[in-house]
Amino acid sequence: MVGKLVAGKKVVPVMLYDLSTCVWCNKTKKLLGDLGIEYSYEDVDLLNGEEREQIIKIVRKWNPLCSFPTLVIDNKTCIVGFKEEEIRKALQL
Amino acid sequence: MNEANPESAKAIEDAYQQLKSSAESAGYQLNPDIDFTIELIKRLLVNENRYGYSACPCRLASGVKADDLDIICPCDYRDPDLAEYDACYCGLYVSQSVVAGKKAIAPIPERRPPVAQRKNAVPLKTGISSSDRLPVWRCKVCGYLCARGEPPELCPICKAKKERFELFPL
Ligand code: SF4
Repeated sequence: MVGKLVAGKKVVPVMLYDLSTCVWCNKTKKLLGDLGIEYSYEDVDLLNGEEREQIIKIVRKWNPLCSFPTLVIDNKTCIVGFKEEEIRKALQL
Repeated sequence: MNEANPESAKAIEDAYQQLKSSAESAGYQLNPDIDFTIELIKRLLVNENRYGYSACPCRLASGVKADDLDIICPCDYRDPDLAEYDACYCGLYVSQSVVAGKKAIAPIPERRPPVAQRKNAVPLKTGISSSDRLPVWRCKVCGYLCARGEPPELCPICKAKKERFELFPL
């Protein structure tokens, strides 16, 4: 899995594709932090070159609009946008 | 954010006051949650510093201005989102109902077409672009005309309400 790891309680693999400047992405990070779970994230706007292209390709696979936050839970559920209830439910927390 | 913010608190406060008054003079409202709005303005300034134009903070800018013209704040998608969801995609601009506390803002689906579609959206050879197909609205109070999906919430010229607009036959 790509991205920077945030330590916490291990539940399922959680990957957040976000933008460092996006308020809704920051709210999503804060929610994951408050839930205390382990997750990885990638600030896509801070990437350059080949690395950026690769990550964008992955984001598009989950979310063709390539909008943010795109949260991938357990490699199967994708939640686009800061949808707090949906995120809690998908994480069963 | 890992870019040092070059803006002082004073510069941000000034940017806020300036944006607020220009929004209100054109019939728009900023999000009344001041901390949230200030946060968004800071991020617009980060992007302005980073790209040389104030790209929408909640969207991935390409860094190539010509490809990002539609997401320079205020973006092309603000007005349709205000009409449909009572806020712009980021939540910087909100409708009168949100200001009055009658509605709350919720996540808004991305309206900006994916990149492949945007690249195809070049104006036709005839010079007719997609915007030529938009209806034209006329403010019955002052005669202001605009071509857009729906009339604005307030007329930017005379501040008459949306209900005072009529379809203008072409
Ligand atoms: S969504 Fe709102 S903040 Fe973002 S560019 Fe559009 S008008 Fe500006």
